[in-house]
Amino acid sequence: MIERPRVVPSVSAAEIAPEVAGLSRRGLLRKGLSLGGLALLTGCDLSTHSGVDAALWAMLGFNDRVQAALFNPQRLAETYPASAITRPFRFNAYYPVWETRPVPDGWRLAVTGLVADKTPWTVERLRSLPQQAQITRHICIEGWSQIGQWSGVPLHLFLRRVGADLRARYVAFTCFDDYSTSIDMASALHPQTILALDFEQQPLTPEWGAPVRLRIPVKLGFKSAKNLESIVVTNTYPGGFWENQGYDWFSGV
Amino acid sequence: MRRPVDNAGRTRGEVVDQIAQGQVRRPAHPLPIRIMHWIGATAIICMFLSGWAIYNASPSLPFTFPRGLTLGGWLAAGIAWHISVMWVLFADGLAYIAYGIASKHFWPDLRPTGPRAVLRDLSDALRFRLAHRLGHYNAVQRLLYTAVILCLCLAVLTGLSIWKPVQLGWLTRLFGGYPLARNIHLGMMCCIVVFLAVHLALVAIYPRTLVSMVTSTGTEEAP
Repeated sequence: MIERPRVVPSVSAAEIAPEVAGLSRRGLLRKGLSLGGLALLTGCDLSTHSGVDAALWAMLGFNDRVQAALFNPQRLAETYPASAITRPFRFNAYYPVWETRPVPDGWRLAVTGLVADKTPWTVERLRSLPQQAQITRHICIEGWSQIGQWSGVPLHLFLRRVGADLRARYVAFTCFDDYSTSIDMASALHPQTILALDFEQQPLTPEWGAPVRLRIPVKLGFKSAKNLESIVVTNTYPGGFWENQGYDWFSGV
Repeated sequence: MRRPVDNAGRTRGEVVDQIAQGQVRRPAHPLPIRIMHWIGATAIICMFLSGWAIYNASPSLPFTFPRGLTLGGWLAAGIAWHISVMWVLFADGLAYIAYGIASKHFWPDLRPTGPRAVLRDLSDALRFRLAHRLGHYNAVQRLLYTAVILCLCLAVLTGLSIWKPVQLGWLTRLFGGYPLARNIHLGMMCCIVVFLAVHLALVAIYPRTLVSMVTSTGTEEAP
């Protein structure tokens, strides 16, 4: 029987109450109602300190709460036959493929934060855990998508193995290519969320995230961080490379 | 022989008499319709502009929209705008549908007519022989407004299906899977843009229709 993970809301209603109340004060709609105002609004891109940008950030927070409420921890992403795999598979990162970094010598996966066992993991030790394979759709935030095949250690199994506090809010990932991201605990415990070691039945090569990457089909593609170097279980909002610039944090699909 | 009657069951003669005697003072568009029209119009424009910012990140057609024609300017801000205004459009659309059913605005006011009436009114319209009567919808208008309401509903549903293709997987499968649902979403945008172009051109030809969508001064007109 699958143990039902306890879903902890990422944000409480009380925390965002001032922001939601501020929405009407800032008059997002009032400004939006005139076409003249529209011309001014086009400059709001989440990077300014204007009231409209503050309202947009508040709306992103509200949307994350809605998405967390819509998330069903048992609902599985659709899986596909091997014939549906997209070839050639598209490389994607915040840098071009030729800047892909090789795996550092003596690489270990660090596990820190609210966990009982902080021993770093080698690839061999990760391979000694039960493995799970999947052929799922990778959906990019830009709108394109492709079907790929990965296998590795289910993250829920790994988190239990290291004695993680499963009531913690966040699981954060940092990478040796200076990328980072974070997800909510409910999505981390989803049965299809895996620490992938193989891509198309071969050990990961650097451009596909060697030696281990996150593969999470219930989130947009940028959450499936490659080239991992550490996993942190925490109650402090960790943000991430794209999230800090304005990508919607929850980004569930 | 039955004499033709209007939506309120009045014959042509009765309507002419009522208007002549000042008995009919119904505004061309009731206040709730005018309010919902302008909130919806603003929301749809914002959805276009922010949607184009999202489209530009990975264009599926051989062109991109100029940055000045987008809301947000880049992908993340476009998404922030799109999923913020989404709630306004959703609430306005639900209120409009509820009102449209309750007030009989959809049926019989906007009820599409048969193809013969559409061809007749269209040919009259193209020869500038079709009188525009405030508060009444001719066969072409009925067809166009019904079509754009359906397009908007499909745009919202395909939008939801590509926002949540796993949680709302049944809806995504209904639209033939994620990539097809995304293309239908873009197709609906194109249809609504074409409608908007025709709509604005007709408003430019008959400016009093704009007045009647703002104030209550425009009243129902005799046939």
